[in-house]
Amino acid sequence: MPAPNDSVFRATGLTKVYRNGALEVQALRGIDFHARRGEFIVILGPSGSGKSTFLNIVGGLDRASGGEVWFEDHQLTGLNEAQLTQYRRDHVGFVFQFYNLVPSLTARENVQLVTEIARHPMQADHALALVGLSDRANHFPAQLSGGEQQRVAIARAIAKNPEVLLCDEPTGALDSATGIKVLEALTEVNRTVGATTLVITHNAAIRDIADRVIRFADGRIVEESGNAAKRQPSEVAW
Amino acid sequence: MVIPPLRRKVLRDLRRLWAQVLAIALVLAAGVATLILGNGAYASLNETRARYYEDNRFADIFADVTRAPRALLAEIEAIDGVLDAEARIVKLGLLDLPGTVEPASVLFVSLPGGDGAGLNRLYLRQGRLPDPQSAQEIVVSEGFATALRLGPGDRLPVLMNGQRRDLKITGVALSPEFIYALGPGQIMPDPRRFGVVWATRASLEAAFDLDGAFSNVVLKLAPGTNPDRVIETLDRLAARYGGTGASGRKDQISHAFLDAELKQLSAMVKVLPPIFLAVAAMLVNMTLSRLIALEREQIGLLKAIGYSARAVAQHYVEFVLLIAVAGILIGFAAGAWLGAGLAQMYARFFSFPYLVFTRDPQLYGVAALITLAAAVGGALYAVRSVLRLPPAVAMAPPAPAAYRRRMGGLRRLLRLRQTGVMVARHLMRWPFRTASSTLGVAMSVAILVASLWTFGSINRMIEITFFRTERHDAQIFFGAPAPLAAIFAAAHLPGVMMVEPFRQVSVRISHRALSKKLAITGRPEHPRLSRVLDLDLRPMPMPEAGLVLSEALADALRVRPGDLVTVEALEGRRPTVMLPVSGLSVGYVGLGAAMEIGALNRMMREGAMVSGVSLKIDPSATTAFFAAAKTAPKTELVNVTALMLDRFRQTMAENITIMITVYVVLAGIIAMGVVYNFSRIALSEQGRELASLRVLGFTTAEVSGVLFGELATVVLLAQPLGWLIGYGIGLAMVAAFSSDLFRVPYVVGREVFATASLVVCAAALISAIAIRGRINHLDMIEVLKTRE
Repeated sequence: MPAPNDSVFRATGLTKVYRNGALEVQALRGIDFHARRGEFIVILGPSGSGKSTFLNIVGGLDRASGGEVWFEDHQLTGLNEAQLTQYRRDHVGFVFQFYNLVPSLTARENVQLVTEIARHPMQADHALALVGLSDRANHFPAQLSGGEQQRVAIARAIAKNPEVLLCDEPTGALDSATGIKVLEALTEVNRTVGATTLVITHNAAIRDIADRVIRFADGRIVEESGNAAKRQPSEVAW
Repeated sequence: MVIPPLRRKVLRDLRRLWAQVLAIALVLAAGVATLILGNGAYASLNETRARYYEDNRFADIFADVTRAPRALLAEIEAIDGVLDAEARIVKLGLLDLPGTVEPASVLFVSLPGGDGAGLNRLYLRQGRLPDPQSAQEIVVSEGFATALRLGPGDRLPVLMNGQRRDLKITGVALSPEFIYALGPGQIMPDPRRFGVVWATRASLEAAFDLDGAFSNVVLKLAPGTNPDRVIETLDRLAARYGGTGASGRKDQISHAFLDAELKQLSAMVKVLPPIFLAVAAMLVNMTLSRLIALEREQIGLLKAIGYSARAVAQHYVEFVLLIAVAGILIGFAAGAWLGAGLAQMYARFFSFPYLVFTRDPQLYGVAALITLAAAVGGALYAVRSVLRLPPAVAMAPPAPAAYRRRMGGLRRLLRLRQTGVMVARHLMRWPFRTASSTLGVAMSVAILVASLWTFGSINRMIEITFFRTERHDAQIFFGAPAPLAAIFAAAHLPGVMMVEPFRQVSVRISHRALSKKLAITGRPEHPRLSRVLDLDLRPMPMPEAGLVLSEALADALRVRPGDLVTVEALEGRRPTVMLPVSGLSVGYVGLGAAMEIGALNRMMREGAMVSGVSLKIDPSATTAFFAAAKTAPKTELVNVTALMLDRFRQTMAENITIMITVYVVLAGIIAMGVVYNFSRIALSEQGRELASLRVLGFTTAEVSGVLFGELATVVLLAQPLGWLIGYGIGLAMVAAFSSDLFRVPYVVGREVFATASLVVCAAALISAIAIRGRINHLDMIEVLKTRE
């Protein structure tokens, strides 16, 4: 079922069951979802509601137990390990709660790590400029604050000019002022690069900067709402 | 029984880290095994020899004379310090077995005096001693009897003093004098071509025209007697009777070869076990440091809830002790097993009636203690840092590793990608670990280089000795110097195509306080069959006046070309002359000195005499030649070059194959132990980063590349270092093994380095493959959800 032209993701009846010995955990219980090109979507929900599992599956990090996910005209649920790796490499940018930078590489080198293997990368310095870190390019992660590290992670994620940017709790480890800077970086990137952006958060205040908000509970999407009055990150607070 | 929780943790840690634990235990085991093997074999050989000598009254001094009256014995016995003396008849003869084409020689030795009084007493293996009244009965040496399938009751046809005799074997025996039974002119014992035959004195007196006389005397000294003084007096007494100079035990062939073997063993014990134990200590340190880093918070917690620093330290020391105990047990078993193998090898080479096995508990105890010390030493160093931390600090995560940029030039030079930079910075972040791992791998390369060179060295010895120096097919030695006409007789033997005479004279060569007893060989001015090569391997013409010394002899006497040496002939009219050293030659077996044959004869004032001939023989006529040569009247000994070479190659091939197998296994254990532990630790430290790379879209091959890049760097850096260390060890071995008996050419060809590196790289590759599965199964999701 190929997607319509402006559709980036399309999921139908997506399920995920984790088996741990005799124990079965139903993480996703039939998700139907689509995302349009350039959309900024915030995903809310309590711990264990399945939102990270969902993000990992659309990001090619994990495999679904049932249902289908399409990225443009690739059926992700039909790809093997090597093809998933190629998908991540060519199309997906990730941002995680704990940054996951390589400690032995400077900010610029962390970004170059990706630009070296990407098909249509931007300049590493340009990516750092987009997140406002041009002056910290030669610093190692240990020499940067948490917010700065997260912005390096964003620069690294977008430097390949990805079609999609997937962020799992990007502000989870940050205080509010730093968090806002990170969100500004994300919205800026979403606007300039045009990457479809999915942001998982616990933080309901962030919903105001999204085009659309999806709420997960117990492995299902329980609420989906458009956001007519989209606000700037600087206008939200928590 | 309730196991305390910390002890239970030790057991679980061991199970969880079993592969690393096993790798370390094996390196420790190699140290223990080589320690036990080396020391055990040394003690075994030494004690066996000592007991055998004691039981069978092995003599202290040995001297040959041409013919001395029995009355001389009383004078010899009267020398101060002489406990016992025995006059013997020792003469060479030829074997005349029907069906054996190639010549073989036998050494006739008169039976030691009866009633337990004699020296060098026989150890009878089979049958009985000859009847004192019988002129026919003999006892033969065991190796010879076994090789030719002879036993009591069999006949042994021989040529004694040119006469054919049919002797009757009554027994098979061993003697402490022939533990290493090397035939005259041979370089390897060959029991098919050389045997010892003991016969009654009366029968030998009759056969060799020595009625009332003797040709050899052996002495036993009172404990504490200086042998040199006795030798001096004995030489003076024996000179009139053609004494060629007495020698002490250290110059007795069989004893000297055993000494050389003991020397090699003690060298091995000094080199190998320390390498293994040092590498093992390093591995323990490396592995435990990482374990402790991972358990830093647990350590803080343990201390916070009231465990003392000592209890925590004890916990980790127990972990290491168990590894050490495993290593020690494996080492004990391997050491005992290898020891039995070595004993079998000795049994092939050395004729002992028994082998005293030393299962000395003290040796095992010392080996275990040293090993425990090495392991615990490595552990304490790792534990120390964490114990100092206050609990609160220990429970907090450690400060992130600080990296530095300090490789701008290198990086541009190597055109490193970011993953390459990761590799380089991680290696430089832990310089001690990188250096010690490199050194560890280098040691395995070194062990191989230091053992593999012997192949090339032996080939060089063969090439130079058999193809460039001794280019004859056979040599005939005459019983006594013969007039030059003897070479014409030799030229008429069937199949002889070329004849070249030589003259050998026993001499003592001295320079200042140093002196050596050996034979000078006189050769034609431009020898073609038995040549002398200079140090650049060019054939040397024999000097008109002056001596060419082998390098070994020149070193032993500390002389250089141009120096004058004193040459004292020990036969004939016993002239003493001063001669200049005119050149140095290569030579690997024994000490050598060469002169022009005419000059040597002039020195002896004896006219044109020859001791034997070197021959080139038509290959189609060898059988006829052998038959004629052994019955030719002057022949005492026929040596066939091809047979010597075969025996040499065969013996070397057997031993070297065993030795190389052992060394390859040992080197493999080190290489795998180091590489495996290094990679497990690197993976443990960087697992999170590597999983992040997978998330970013790096393939498993690319991610493995990061870890393997580190391994490859360590393994590659280790190669030249290992070559260098191995070369140094080899050099020390050559120095340690060189003796008057033989010297080993030190040739380390490129193939030695290449083979050593290939073996080590293969071992590293196996370890890498073992790690690969772990890289492929890195859990990307888990790592992203948790903080380190």
